[in-house]
Amino acid sequence: MTKSLINIEDLSVGFIAKGGLPTPVLRQVSLELVAGETLGIVGESGSGKSTVALAMMGYLKPGLSLFGGRAVFDGNDMFALSEKKRAKLRGSSIALIPQNAGQALTPTLTIGDQIDEALQLHTDLSGAERAAKVVELLNRVRLPEPAEIAKRYPHELSGGQQQRAAVAMALAGNAKALLLDEPTTGLDVTTQAHILEFLRELAREMGVAMVYVSHDMGVIARVADRVAVMYSGEIVEEGPTRRVLREPRHEYTKNLLAAIPRLDAPNKRPNLRPDAQQTLKLDDVAISYHKPGLLDRLLRRPAKRPNVEHVSLGLKRGQTIGLVGESGSGKSTILRAIAGLVEAQGGEIALAGDQALTAPVGRRDRETLRRVQMIFQNADASLNPRQTIGEILEAPLRLYYGKKGKQAEGKAAELLGAVRLPAEYLRRFPSQLSGGEKQRVGIARAFAANPEVTLCDEITSALDVSVQATALELLSRLQQENGSSYVFVSHDLAVVRAVSDWVAVLYQGRLCEVGPVEKVYANPFHPYTRLLMGAVLRPDPDAVPEILNEVDLKVQECGYSKLWAEIDMERTKSKQPLQHDLGDGHVVYFNMSPESVAQMRVKGRDPAAGSNSVPRSSADRVLEPAE
Amino acid sequence: MPTLILRRFGFAAFTIAFVSLVMFAAVEALPGNVCTSFLQRFAQGPRLERCIEQQGLDRPALVRYGDWVAGAAQGDFGYSLKKRKPVNELIWERFRNTALLGGIAALLAIPLAIFLGIAAGVRRDRPVDLSLSGAAMLAMTIPEFVTATALIYVFAILLQWFPAVTIVSPGASVLQMLPNIVLPVIVLSAVLIAHIMRMVRASVIDVMASDYVQMARLKGVPERQIIRKHVVPNAMIPALNVIALTIAWLLAGVVVVEKVFNYPGLGTLMIQAIYDRDLPMVQAVALIFSVIYVAVNLLADLAALVLDPRLRRKGH
Repeated sequence: MTKSLINIEDLSVGFIAKGGLPTPVLRQVSLELVAGETLGIVGESGSGKSTVALAMMGYLKPGLSLFGGRAVFDGNDMFALSEKKRAKLRGSSIALIPQNAGQALTPTLTIGDQIDEALQLHTDLSGAERAAKVVELLNRVRLPEPAEIAKRYPHELSGGQQQRAAVAMALAGNAKALLLDEPTTGLDVTTQAHILEFLRELAREMGVAMVYVSHDMGVIARVADRVAVMYSGEIVEEGPTRRVLREPRHEYTKNLLAAIPRLDAPNKRPNLRPDAQQTLKLDDVAISYHKPGLLDRLLRRPAKRPNVEHVSLGLKRGQTIGLVGESGSGKSTILRAIAGLVEAQGGEIALAGDQALTAPVGRRDRETLRRVQMIFQNADASLNPRQTIGEILEAPLRLYYGKKGKQAEGKAAELLGAVRLPAEYLRRFPSQLSGGEKQRVGIARAFAANPEVTLCDEITSALDVSVQATALELLSRLQQENGSSYVFVSHDLAVVRAVSDWVAVLYQGRLCEVGPVEKVYANPFHPYTRLLMGAVLRPDPDAVPEILNEVDLKVQECGYSKLWAEIDMERTKSKQPLQHDLGDGHVVYFNMSPESVAQMRVKGRDPAAGSNSVPRSSADRVLEPAE
Repeated sequence: MPTLILRRFGFAAFTIAFVSLVMFAAVEALPGNVCTSFLQRFAQGPRLERCIEQQGLDRPALVRYGDWVAGAAQGDFGYSLKKRKPVNELIWERFRNTALLGGIAALLAIPLAIFLGIAAGVRRDRPVDLSLSGAAMLAMTIPEFVTATALIYVFAILLQWFPAVTIVSPGASVLQMLPNIVLPVIVLSAVLIAHIMRMVRASVIDVMASDYVQMARLKGVPERQIIRKHVVPNAMIPALNVIALTIAWLLAGVVVVEKVFNYPGLGTLMIQAIYDRDLPMVQAVALIFSVIYVAVNLLADLAALVLDPRLRRKGH
């Protein structure tokens, strides 16, 4: 039997609520970890998973206090230790890799200085030796040009690079255990996949124990040997990852696993009706946040490339189109342009009946406003905290339908019923609702206008999986009842598959691929689409992300396929890439000759026969793929 | 980076040029002209003609503005109507006196306020913080002329340590001036310290709650080093602008305080010039005040550039 490295015994932690009532956050948690092992702690928000991890370092967030139990690391009772001895262990034997490296690195110190600080505290090296060690550490986390990176400030690094720098800092003191608090949450899927592969490799190489805190079962499945599932301050289930994921025993774990949308699950949406009326059309839309300043105009500087350009999409009544892509892809920008929150610079956006949507929201007439409604990512910030739910829901009823008094109240109650909330909620304030309930009010508010087009901006990304599942179900049901069309923006490819009929993949403001969900997910054609799909992690212990290996990492942080797409974009500059129609509305924007496209499809990538790709313009140069 | 600094200097120069234009235009917009408003009912006959000739009012406004700006750039602010002397001869010793008063107050108050702000922020809600914050609140609520009167009563009348009002001439040496400065400096610094301290305290509290300070703790960095390396530089960035604004307040405060203590500085000079309708003098003092104001803000901007690497990025 191996000696345990970390031992948490009956740990209870909490705060004293108003009136002196002790309120526990952790209830008698016990955990054990041996050297070299990776433990995953998974749970939804408020389950206490981060608190457990930080307690392993003897740290409690301000306001929390120890109610009972012990946290032993390497033979030291971390809460009984003197402040000085505890500081000695922190950052050397047991180190934290924080959730958001961008915020956990001090903005006024260079990366090198911050790593040097850790070395100074935990080693006896001289100044010159430390400088060499900083470069060595940065090299070890595979940052390009480590000597250069050491001189940079945190904001000069990308999100993935910041995360790697934080790992380098954690490695400064020869740690025996690394605590990772949601280290990839907030990163793009491809970056997340790379960081995770790198951390796995590192754990194997150095034999350190890792505690991996995450809300994402896909992440845990990929990295953890053992997993502990937490719910409301308690560990409800613990065991080998494979066993827990394959045969969950606790009811909560079962429900949690069942609620996760799967990338490979075919969607159960009713068949597309080709005769449905077109409700929204985008034609060659260009949007730019950059307004040329006075100086730019005086100096006649050339206009910058728009943030979004050459976007053409169509949407029919009662259907949903999903917009996917990484941060900076322009998916939310397109949504904001449809809503009129930013002005489109070029192209045309129109509703059914050719009602143009080019005017900003302030200049649209009431009827146009009614036809397009938006549901926001952050329900918390989009509901006025000083209005009751009733007032919030009655505002659009009064504005669009002139309903007042009893009539409005009745309709508002009806709307609440439609999102499965009791009528008593009319008199509550948003702060008295949970996150999921607030988002349902956001949905009800949008539907108060009975819109033709509903814009959903990452509406479930702030919600826990179980709550997300009910919200998505609700959206589908409402769509069937009143036939609204949805534009659904999400970074989560599995969610998009579950709710959409069509999907559009965006990369740096351009379309890569558009098509029916089932076709695009089954046969992604554009290299960027394939890269995105390949990087998605599944809550399955045997699933291996597709496109990832060490070679890619060495080529570039983002991997060769992304690089390829980038070259493709770069070559064409402002010109639109060639457009290839693969049939059934599946369109790929990619600079390849029609012959090569046909060839690739014959090779078995796409069993659908017949290629009728159309070059957008014969003047475009045709680029052969580097494959 | 050099272009960034150049740009800030360019903005500062532009601001001063704009302010000078507005000030000149404001005087032009008054009914009558500089001479008629000064001479009032005597504005007629040879007296008015002499004045117009001396002030060069017979030339077009644009030419006069050009002359005024060119002169001001070389320290020549024209001719005082009341004192019948070139303005610059009257102004420089007054400027020195005000600089002495304001400078000592700023040099004393700013470092002390920063130190106290950090001390209070780090020990939030503990006795040190509560007493400092309470004192600051008090200092901010009492108007400076009340503080000044109270100080005069205690230190000049009861204890007789310092003179109640200044009786030396504006041209007295710095050494002669010093005893007259003590009470005005105390009055000015009290408010300065209170404002800056509260801002620094709030900023320190924000930074102490940040992820990177938690990270530094979990890296095993000792508390003192956390405050010195991680908290203070970051807390100073938002505080800088408030310090610059407070110094702008100091310019206004100086006028009041100088009047109360009858201190021979720019403030008393300006008030007197306004009474006398000596517009060339008013313009000169106002221009000097605005240059100081812009210079202080420029300094704050440059200090922010030094402290905050994020501002040093290209394109800002």
